[in-house]
Amino acid sequence: MPNEAGGLRETLAQRGVSRRDFLKFCSAMTAVLALPPRYMPRVVEALETATRPPLLWLEYQDCAGNTESLLRASKPTVAELILDVLSLDYHETVMAPAGHQAEKSLMDTVEAYKGQYLVVVEGSIPTKDGGIYCTIGGHTALDLVQEIGGNAAAIITVGTCAAYGGIPAAAPNPTDAVGVRDVVKGVPIINLPGCPMNVQNLTAVIVHYLTFGAWPATDQLGRPLFAYGSRIHDDCERRAHFDAGQFVEEWGDEGHRKGWCLYKMGCKGPETFHNCPIVRWNDGTSWPVGAGHGCVGCSEPAFWDTMSPFYRRLPSVPGFGVEATADKVGLGIVAGVAGAFALHGVASAVRAKARPLNKTKVEVEEE
Amino acid sequence: MATRVNNTGRVYVWEIPVRLTHWINVASIIVLSFTGYYIGNPYVQVSSREAYGPYFMGNMRFIHILFAYIFVASLVLRTYWAFFGGNQWVSWRALIPFVTAEGRGKLKHAVQYYLFLRREPPTVLGHNALAGFTYAIIVFLYFLQTLTGFALYAQSNPGGFWWALTGWVFLIVDSQFVRLVHHLIMWLLIAFAIHHVYSAFLVDVEEANGLMSSIFSGWKFICPGDEEAFESPGEASES
Repeated sequence: MPNEAGGLRETLAQRGVSRRDFLKFCSAMTAVLALPPRYMPRVVEALETATRPPLLWLEYQDCAGNTESLLRASKPTVAELILDVLSLDYHETVMAPAGHQAEKSLMDTVEAYKGQYLVVVEGSIPTKDGGIYCTIGGHTALDLVQEIGGNAAAIITVGTCAAYGGIPAAAPNPTDAVGVRDVVKGVPIINLPGCPMNVQNLTAVIVHYLTFGAWPATDQLGRPLFAYGSRIHDDCERRAHFDAGQFVEEWGDEGHRKGWCLYKMGCKGPETFHNCPIVRWNDGTSWPVGAGHGCVGCSEPAFWDTMSPFYRRLPSVPGFGVEATADKVGLGIVAGVAGAFALHGVASAVRAKARPLNKTKVEVEEE
Repeated sequence: MATRVNNTGRVYVWEIPVRLTHWINVASIIVLSFTGYYIGNPYVQVSSREAYGPYFMGNMRFIHILFAYIFVASLVLRTYWAFFGGNQWVSWRALIPFVTAEGRGKLKHAVQYYLFLRREPPTVLGHNALAGFTYAIIVFLYFLQTLTGFALYAQSNPGGFWWALTGWVFLIVDSQFVRLVHHLIMWLLIAFAIHHVYSAFLVDVEEANGLMSSIFSGWKFICPGDEEAFESPGEASES
């Protein structure tokens, strides 16, 4: 039932969501989008009246973690209803139909709403050997995402796999997995990386679209700036301890118990753009750094390869073994150079004695 | 530019901008290395008072960034001087001795001298050919270090001035690799500094030309009558 008339108001009333809760949701969304408060009435109006495009949720090489994130709300929130109601003509994990009927209804939507429907993609796209490592109903993920995604109004990738290939694309990447942006061209793609993405951000992107008829501004990696516009480190509640120079040295030490900065435990907050410290997880309960574990940089491209070792500040130096830190290798180079020149100095001194240069003796007799 | 040779065989080789930028670089590299090492591996235990008191990392980062700007200003001045205004010994041409047959010959001489295959040190007033080529590598490392440093700095303010200049770096390599490069170049520059001071000392002793003091005073010594032998690595002297 896509495009049902009357907007959200009636649907929400039917589901027992009070107007008060609805307005609270709208002001929260306005805040997540970093819009000034005066935009809130526009958000309310848009959500009440907008005709809602159908939404197709496609899953490829994934762990369904983003679906988990979507379904994880502890109570039926307005956010869930927005996604649920406005959307989901097709979602493999939660839809009732199965088999050929499900595939047919998917294709019916694609035909009927060409260029109008939204696509959410979860999971990476394998491209090796013609893409045979992920097939649904006899079609490869590659073909499906190009056909369904290529005819959409826009694609929202949820999770790092769909955005950049994520864990399936980690070395040695046996299926040549890639993100959606690498195989679908000509359609706006909004990347919501994260492992998983935060459903607040997904809702906010859709609210932005429904309110303004446009997609939020994105950075050079296609991520909306409202959610990925600053580093975790710069918004972190432990930042004062970083600036002070107070660091956790090992798990469970005094600093760890006092909530000091996890920088020396390999926290990748300084490397990672995401709004986790602000929006948090599980209905705002907590988030990884808040819970005492460093960030692993899950919303950055290729995080599995580039952010590891997760418990060290820097990657190992390539070609020097896994234990080789930059400082060890660097110190070795300095020691080697110092040693080499010390030897050279001794040899030069011996040579100067054995074979003095004429020049240094020239004017001695003048006295 | 006329070469100043006075009647005691002294030649004015290093002009003021050259000496000034040299010592600013020395100071900057020392300060940047110490603060940078601390930022990468904060080994200093600070007071465990509430975090509104101590501000040690904050100050270290401030000093690091301040000296980064000073270092860049010095590099800009020295680059200008290498292209416009400087004398023949500090020209950019000294960095690429290998482009001429004569330069390659001098390069070979210098390598042989350092490997004990040839007794006489290279006779030059500016940098010898090998030193010039080494500085080309150092200039490249300075450039990479500045680029990676300001790219990392820019991450605190995406969309800002430095981000506009350096944000593209992260489309090519990931930010952890940028950090790794920034760390390793510090060690390479420290290794270079050891070599640099040692070689200057060696040549100073062997040639007795006042090389060590020349970076303070600007003057080097040549034996009277030897002026002919001291042509610059690039253009002929215009004296």
